[in-house]
Amino acid sequence: MSISNEEYGYMTKRASPKSPVLLDSFKAFIVGGIICAIAEGLNQWLLFYGLGEKPSRTIAMIVIIVITALLTAIGIFDNIAKHAGAGTMVPISGFANSMVSPALEFKAEGHILGTAAQMFSIAGPVVVFGCSAATIYGLIIYFFGLY
Amino acid sequence: MAKRTGKTVVLSSKPKIIGNAAVVGKKEGEGPLGNYFDEVHEDTTMGEDCWEKSESELLKRAVNLALRKSAITADEVDTIYSGDLLNQCIGSAFGLRDSNMPFCGLYGACSTMALSLIQASLAIETGGFNCCVAATSSHFCSAEKQFRYPLEYGGQRTPTAQWTVTGAGAAVLQKSDSPLSPYIAQVHIGTIQDFGIIDSTNMGAAMAPAARKTIRDFLTDTATRPEDYDLILTGDLGSVGSELLKELLMREDNIDISSRHNDCGLMIFDLEKQDVHAGGSGCGCSASVLCSHILNSMRNGEYKNILFVATGALMSPVSSREGESIPGIAHLVNIRTGE
Repeated sequence: MSISNEEYGYMTKRASPKSPVLLDSFKAFIVGGIICAIAEGLNQWLLFYGLGEKPSRTIAMIVIIVITALLTAIGIFDNIAKHAGAGTMVPISGFANSMVSPALEFKAEGHILGTAAQMFSIAGPVVVFGCSAATIYGLIIYFFGLY
Repeated sequence: MAKRTGKTVVLSSKPKIIGNAAVVGKKEGEGPLGNYFDEVHEDTTMGEDCWEKSESELLKRAVNLALRKSAITADEVDTIYSGDLLNQCIGSAFGLRDSNMPFCGLYGACSTMALSLIQASLAIETGGFNCCVAATSSHFCSAEKQFRYPLEYGGQRTPTAQWTVTGAGAAVLQKSDSPLSPYIAQVHIGTIQDFGIIDSTNMGAAMAPAARKTIRDFLTDTATRPEDYDLILTGDLGSVGSELLKELLMREDNIDISSRHNDCGLMIFDLEKQDVHAGGSGCGCSASVLCSHILNSMRNGEYKNILFVATGALMSPVSSREGESIPGIAHLVNIRTGE
């Protein structure tokens, strides 16, 4: 063809419909906000009943993780996430879903090489970069202290 | 003996499609072509415990059904040509391991239906083969698992993404005098085209240049125009790829196919209602549309002369991760009825 890769790339861009960014962002904001509000409500409720700050937060997180795992297992979570996008992915629900979904998917390939090995196939990079960032941050605090 | 003009081969033996069958899943059955398929399975696991086996079962059913409709037994088949999208073509190999037919595995990505038809008809043209089967399959769930994310993963699909068809198609080819059966008049093996598209959620754009080249080369070789055919049917370009194909042919070659063109990926689903974004894709997309609605319409006399141009994206998850662009391919089969 006489057209270059750049020109074809431009043609493709023009022919391809774009994601509705504003609508997607709005939906993500609403759903993400609801998830966080539920977790915070739970946190406040536990605090009100005299649980310490740390255990209340941990319990709130565990509840979100368990709910996500259940919704993933019964095939509802992906239908919510299809609309919510970052709204379900950014809170800890996204992390829980990214571990439960491959665990389910690869069950047929065995418990060790299937479920266990593939469980971190999506969440793995988050763990690696999360730990790396935490280590670097820890070193900075160790040497320079908190201001 | 076959005659070659340019890249197009005219088959003098006129291998006939004496039987064909398409077996699909629930979503395809709910689509606009739902009534044309031989079998629609509500349970897309096909009673199996993993998606790869489900796909094999789909293929097996399509092949057996096509043989039954052709009144041919497995012993009479000289070779079956089949392929799919799964690593090492396990969809076909495991689906056909008990079939007792000589087997030739093919990989042409989503273009496999055209590729298997070409191989089967060329085998018959040699005179050494009497009866061959061309088949292929794809399954939404096994394709998602291999190429994208787990089924229950909560991600968003882009508007250019296509939906892999859960379906299989099979066609039985033989030298025959049956006047009603469509026959393979000409075949054209495509050339790989790569225009630097790296977005694996925009396969239509990656494959459109290959479809354009194959159609242009074929029309040049045969000195024909799009109007000489009742239908120019591309495999799975979807809405984005179809637009690009028409634009490329118009701009580069001054060929207007818009009055004759349709795409299996646009026909099999209702794009809006079924939430499939840019349309259907996968080997099973063009295979199930051709081996049901299209070939049956040819038997009814609705179409007499069509170009079936199945398109494929020759990438893998590994090549995508390595930042490679997506090479496209398109194979063409000219199917006719009558004399």
